[in-house]
Amino acid sequence: MDTTGPPQGKPRRRGANRLIKPAIFLAALLPFAFLAWDAAKGDLGANPIEEVEHRTGRWALYFLLITLAVSPIRRLGGWNAVIRLRRMLGLFAFFYATLHVSAFIGLDMFFDWGDIVADVIERPWITIGMLSWLLLVPLAITSTKGWIRRLGGRRWNLLHRLAYVAASGGTIHYYLAVKQDVSRPVLFGAILVLLLGVRIAWRFADAMKAR
Amino acid sequence: MKPRATARGFVAMSVCGGTILASRPYYSVRPTGANMLIRRPPDILSSEITDEALYVSRRRFIELAGGIGATIAAGGALTTLAGCVNGEAASSSEEEQGVEDKLTPYEDVTTYNNFYEFGTGKAEPARNARAFRTRPWTVRIDGLVAKPADYHLEDFLRPHTAEERVYRLRCVEGWSMVIPWLGIPLKDVLARAEPLPSAKYVEMTTLLDPAQMPGQRSRILPWPYVEGLRMDEAMHPLSILATGLYGKELPNQNGAPLRLVVPWKYGFKSVKSIVRFRLTEAEPPTTWNVVAPNEYGFYANVNPTVDHPRWSQARERRIGEFRRRETLMFNGYADQVARLYTGLDLRRYF
Repeated sequence: MDTTGPPQGKPRRRGANRLIKPAIFLAALLPFAFLAWDAAKGDLGANPIEEVEHRTGRWALYFLLITLAVSPIRRLGGWNAVIRLRRMLGLFAFFYATLHVSAFIGLDMFFDWGDIVADVIERPWITIGMLSWLLLVPLAITSTKGWIRRLGGRRWNLLHRLAYVAASGGTIHYYLAVKQDVSRPVLFGAILVLLLGVRIAWRFADAMKAR
Repeated sequence: MKPRATARGFVAMSVCGGTILASRPYYSVRPTGANMLIRRPPDILSSEITDEALYVSRRRFIELAGGIGATIAAGGALTTLAGCVNGEAASSSEEEQGVEDKLTPYEDVTTYNNFYEFGTGKAEPARNARAFRTRPWTVRIDGLVAKPADYHLEDFLRPHTAEERVYRLRCVEGWSMVIPWLGIPLKDVLARAEPLPSAKYVEMTTLLDPAQMPGQRSRILPWPYVEGLRMDEAMHPLSILATGLYGKELPNQNGAPLRLVVPWKYGFKSVKSIVRFRLTEAEPPTTWNVVAPNEYGFYANVNPTVDHPRWSQARERRIGEFRRRETLMFNGYADQVARLYTGLDLRRYF
């Protein structure tokens, strides 16, 4: 279990909680299942590669935002058990982000490394998107209990603040990618600002209290 | 009637020995005006769409009968020589590069659309434009013309002959299609209004009707959508006003009842559901150019050497194909249109 959070929920709630995690695991796989299903049926529309990129990219961002919502939910709702879901949700964000990057490299660009490197270097939105994904890699690697122990809670927590940067980068990437209708990336950005804003506010409030 | 094969098309046909010529029935056509003859125009070479002479499309003359609302179509045949490759071009490298031009399936042409009046998603126009009323429809021609007028669409189209034109369509976003349009030359329409010598540009405007066009209720773009061409571009024989595609009446999501098609320019120039032509002396302000002048120019000629600020224009994904293909200068119509731009800095006037 997560060693960084406060104490777990009371033992008598564990039974129900044990069901929540696998249920959310399966639910988090649904977007992938739908994607695979639609792909198998040829139902991805006229531009299937673009559709794969759009869907996986959107779900990567959804899961990043959901993951970042865990701590505020715990604090606001007092639902401590939710923290046990955080790592899994974060890994799903990484899963969809990796599918997204793979679709770009393997489907869209078809391993044309010259063009891929050129795009990553020359196109700021691709640069930002790729960097955001790269930031998630060490977070996924160090998500195990062993790595938490090895790094120690304090350093581990510090490292995993990269999630804030990755989510911000991913949202900016989305904003820069759309042609004109920025309503959705702006909505994502607003949610992100809220999620990061409450952290800053709480940190400030706690500091005041501590004095 | 025999298809009028060009020299190039003939080579391709003879290489294939005529055995791969596939015939398929023509679609029924509901005429948009009174008796219209649909024919393949003599000034359009098949080489315009068969860059490497791998594809030949031939259609017979079709005579349409019937008045408004009638769905009578006389016979005709589309002979498609798709996948016919000569020995030289059959090499796998060229096949992989996808130098072949095949018609994009009707399903894709009519479900993957940029028509922000009906939503910004590609599939939205097909859903949201279903109830769009394209009759009655009035078209205005005014500005610097000797004969400004308001026409009922039927009267507007009546003097003209609908022709089939198979054109590549290259979107500024990096995808492309090959579409068999039905349309009338824009030059004939403009000539009928008798442009004054002072007319240098033609401005074309989409219908403004937020009640019918849900996209116009949000301010994604300044409505109505406006596009424009220089007069010499508008008078070019490749510029057409489309009234149909695949032998059928133009679907609403594709810009019914009347849309521009200028195949050497990015798709956003081809304004849809046109209600007004205005001839002007000054360059008209065009929608995407007004919204993002650093990204979308007035000219918007397809040019693989001038990138969009955010993405490369060197390649494109042909809808239905896996690998991206090289984008051609002027979308492959350089032979026909390059002379319009001699002396023009295409990097500056992108």
